[in-house]
Amino acid sequence: MHLLMAITVGMMYATGLYMMLRRSIVKLLIGLVLLSHGSNLLIFTAAGLSEGNPPLIRPGEDGMVGPHTDPLPGALILTAIVISFAILAFACVLVKRGYEEVGTDDQNAMNTTDQ
Amino acid sequence: MVLTSVFSLFLLALVAPLVTRVAGRYAGWVLATVPAGWAVWYAGFIARVGEGEVITPASLVWVDSLGVALSTRVDGLSLMFALLVTGVGALVVAYAGGYLAGHHHLGRFYGYLIAFMASMLGLVVSDNLIAIFIFWELTSVTSFLLIGFGHDRAAARTAALQAMIVTGLGGLALLAGLLLMGVAAGTYEFSEMLEGGITLGDHPLYIGILVLVCLGAFTKSAQFPFHFWLPGAMEAPAPVSAYLHSSTMVKAGVFLLAKFSPVLGGTEEWAWTLQIVGGVTMVYAAFLAARAVYFKRILAFTTVSSLGAMVMLLGVGGPGEAAAMGFLLAHAMYKGTLFMVAGSVEHQTHTKNVEQLSGLMRIMPVTFAAAALGAASMAGVAPFFGFTAKYLMKGPIPEAAAGSFLVIGVMAMGIFMTTAALLVAYKPFVGKPNEAASAGSEAGPALLLGPVVLSVAGLIGGLMPGLFVQPLVASATAAVTGDAPEKALSSSIGMINMGTLLSTSTLAIVLGVVFYAVRDMLRRTTGLMDRLDPMLSGPVVFQRVLSGTLWFGRLQTRLLQNGSLNTYIRTTIIGFIALVLGLGANRLKNAFLWQDAERPSLLGMILVVLLIVSGVAATVFRYRLAAVAALGMAGVASALIFVFYGAPDVAMTQFAIETLTVLIFVLVFYHLPQFTSFTGRMQKFSDWVVSLAFGAVMAGMVMLAVQTDMAPKISGYFSENAVPLAYGRNIINVILVDFRAADTFGEIVVLGIAGVGVAALLSVSGRSQNPTKPDGGVA
Amino acid sequence: MNSIILRTGTVFILPLLLLVSVVILLRGHNEPGGGFVGGLTAATAMLLHMLAFGPKEARKLLPIGPEAMIGVGLLLALFSGIPAMFAGLPAFKALWTDFEPVQGVKFSTPLIFDVGVYLTVAGVVILIIFSIAEYRGHRAIDAQHASDARAREEAS
Repeated sequence: MHLLMAITVGMMYATGLYMMLRRSIVKLLIGLVLLSHGSNLLIFTAAGLSEGNPPLIRPGEDGMVGPHTDPLPGALILTAIVISFAILAFACVLVKRGYEEVGTDDQNAMNTTDQ
Repeated sequence: MVLTSVFSLFLLALVAPLVTRVAGRYAGWVLATVPAGWAVWYAGFIARVGEGEVITPASLVWVDSLGVALSTRVDGLSLMFALLVTGVGALVVAYAGGYLAGHHHLGRFYGYLIAFMASMLGLVVSDNLIAIFIFWELTSVTSFLLIGFGHDRAAARTAALQAMIVTGLGGLALLAGLLLMGVAAGTYEFSEMLEGGITLGDHPLYIGILVLVCLGAFTKSAQFPFHFWLPGAMEAPAPVSAYLHSSTMVKAGVFLLAKFSPVLGGTEEWAWTLQIVGGVTMVYAAFLAARAVYFKRILAFTTVSSLGAMVMLLGVGGPGEAAAMGFLLAHAMYKGTLFMVAGSVEHQTHTKNVEQLSGLMRIMPVTFAAAALGAASMAGVAPFFGFTAKYLMKGPIPEAAAGSFLVIGVMAMGIFMTTAALLVAYKPFVGKPNEAASAGSEAGPALLLGPVVLSVAGLIGGLMPGLFVQPLVASATAAVTGDAPEKALSSSIGMINMGTLLSTSTLAIVLGVVFYAVRDMLRRTTGLMDRLDPMLSGPVVFQRVLSGTLWFGRLQTRLLQNGSLNTYIRTTIIGFIALVLGLGANRLKNAFLWQDAERPSLLGMILVVLLIVSGVAATVFRYRLAAVAALGMAGVASALIFVFYGAPDVAMTQFAIETLTVLIFVLVFYHLPQFTSFTGRMQKFSDWVVSLAFGAVMAGMVMLAVQTDMAPKISGYFSENAVPLAYGRNIINVILVDFRAADTFGEIVVLGIAGVGVAALLSVSGRSQNPTKPDGGVA
Repeated sequence: MNSIILRTGTVFILPLLLLVSVVILLRGHNEPGGGFVGGLTAATAMLLHMLAFGPKEARKLLPIGPEAMIGVGLLLALFSGIPAMFAGLPAFKALWTDFEPVQGVKFSTPLIFDVGVYLTVAGVVILIIFSIAEYRGHRAIDAQHASDARAREEAS
């Protein structure tokens, strides 16, 4: 299963990068989302996968019993998801404003500053 | 107290504009009292230091771990410089009040000037090598501001930039040299080097240190071939020239060489380098001085020449060092005088060319008197201080390594200096007043005080050496040679007999007068020099180097920073792939062969396939909304993977965010036209190749990471302590709000900033000032 | 969006969603949930209302503006780290009391912190969505570009 997940992560990175290499800046944003999916899954997979057993301690017990998912990557990914959403929103709006100024979403037309 | 003197001046520089506003035309006098007070304070040390005492107050720790401290040390050499900096400084500040009276940036000028004074004072009293460097650079920076003070003139800007780049590059070399010195000596405190008797002559790093320190000193002290910036710096107002470019800053290089000579000196390399560079500068610049026609330019070249002589004398060593110290003090006095005289004449007559003036003697009698005294000292006429300096100089030279060359050199310098002295103090003043001269009038008290005080001091120094010259020069020499002050001078005295000296210096003066008489012919016959000098050193080479550097910078920018985001990404990723494959292709290959204990489950496989399909779909759909929908699918699939593998918190977050992401895409981009394809088939194909290669490398990295045991202690700690310490059973939440709460706080701050950023971007009104042309270009 | 079903539904769903978001926030320390998910849920509730009645109505519903929510949330989170410093402990060290404002939830600095996270996340998302929805630049400018593009095509 780890191999499958690794391939999935690889595909997320590949499709994300391909979209980021497009000149259309909206596609770049879509690539950014795919890339962040890949990154989240990378962290998640790297810690080792195990079905079921979330990192929740049963009432009345002092610690986890038996194998369970590592809580640390979970905590990392959780905040990463929210932050990447905020950044994406910012980027979307920035692109939108850029589009309004330049009149195209071709990023090669946006390569001059101070206009 | 020593540090206080430095910092009080920095403070004064800050408040100078305010003082100027309050005190009006008396600001110069008011401001001058502070450095004058410090000069008196330092003068109180003359007796103590003259007896061989070294004043080392407690130091201020700065960066202790790197051995950087604001430690100070006042020995004879530092004391002489401190007196020059504060004493001449006070006179110059007062002088500036007259010279720039009514200038609307006068307050700023005082600020710069006093800031320079503080830096220079810090430089001469510092003991720590790093502190020395910092003050050294501060003098370069303040000097840049002062030279470029008349920043509305292109010539001033160019000259300021030139001086900055030349001395700045020298400063960098010096820093490297000082660091090497610190490493070689094992300490950055100079007094520890002296007390430990450390000499670096045999150290393997010696040549490197010598070359770097000399580069720093030679650029600062305008030695050939770096001399060109000093005549250029004459763009600065006259008080700056009188202060920085004659008596203080340009002597920083000489100061440094003198200071370091106990540690670095005494070797063949030291002697030859300093003697040759100093000697060549001395003769070359004196010759240029005799040919020049502009007041300050003549003085600038004689200054370069004198600096050369000092460097040369330090290279000679032994009694030569006494001569260097004597010459340094004498030079500061007469050159300060002459620069201020030049400034006064310029200020009163608005003429810079000495050949266009005559008969000023009757119009500016006091100024003339000061000029005459200064020039006599410069020409080395007995009984002036300049003569004493010459006397000290002539003894040791024949013994030096480059002896015969130097004897002729010093003779030549004496001749040309006499010519130059006549040019500045005789030509404009004698004869009948011409039109330009008659336009002027005698200068006011502020403009007279400085020249008069300094020129009279030069006369007294020659007539009564015991008063202040002898103790100062003796203790400065003692600091350099390490002898006791009372012995320091005795070895120099009596090395040459009076008759020889008088006859050679009379010969020099006579020849100088002859050259003065035929100066027109001299200028004509050597007209080639006007073109040769810039080519040898200055502007031409400087410009070439500068424009070459800029050209290289542009080339590099075109290659690396071409403005296309795609190129940046592509280059970065290809570089990354090459790096990973180059370093660990084998490990990556083996990572895929790992035997996995976790069997693929059916549901897991379905989710993974769903994720990949939606990812690929997002890339190939031609309709933007379809692509966004595919993106939402991918998000849901990855959320389901989180559910399946035991991370419900993450999954919940992912679901909520996915909804919002799709919504934002739709809201923001609904009205944009459809995707346009900007690239051809070949480009797409090659991008797919790069992307898939990147994906494969990342997949390999995941496999490697899975097989690496990543510090299980951390997660284990969280799992074990969540209930006992944090009373929480959801470990993820416990990590977020308790164990790593400070991190989470940082993250929500980022969130807040992004949110406010979005709101700000959308509330800015755009476009109205910048209409887009119909052709898609931007107006 | 002008749909009676959506409007009627929203009236019932909105309070329910907000209540759920608070439950998610409070139970987060022991069960799946917490400030992040709770805040997102609350934001989604507001989003639903905005889609049904428009941003103007939705803004009226909020007792304080989204900008203020961000500010209050950040300050709460920051202040929750300070009491520990007075006790001579490192900042953000958790302090607990036995007081239970809600059954099973003890009053503590991590709780304050989580409420701060909840408010910040909800505030940011609401601010982003509202700003975009209220942005008036879209249509006029997009229409202009579209006609520009048509003009270009006709010319070529």
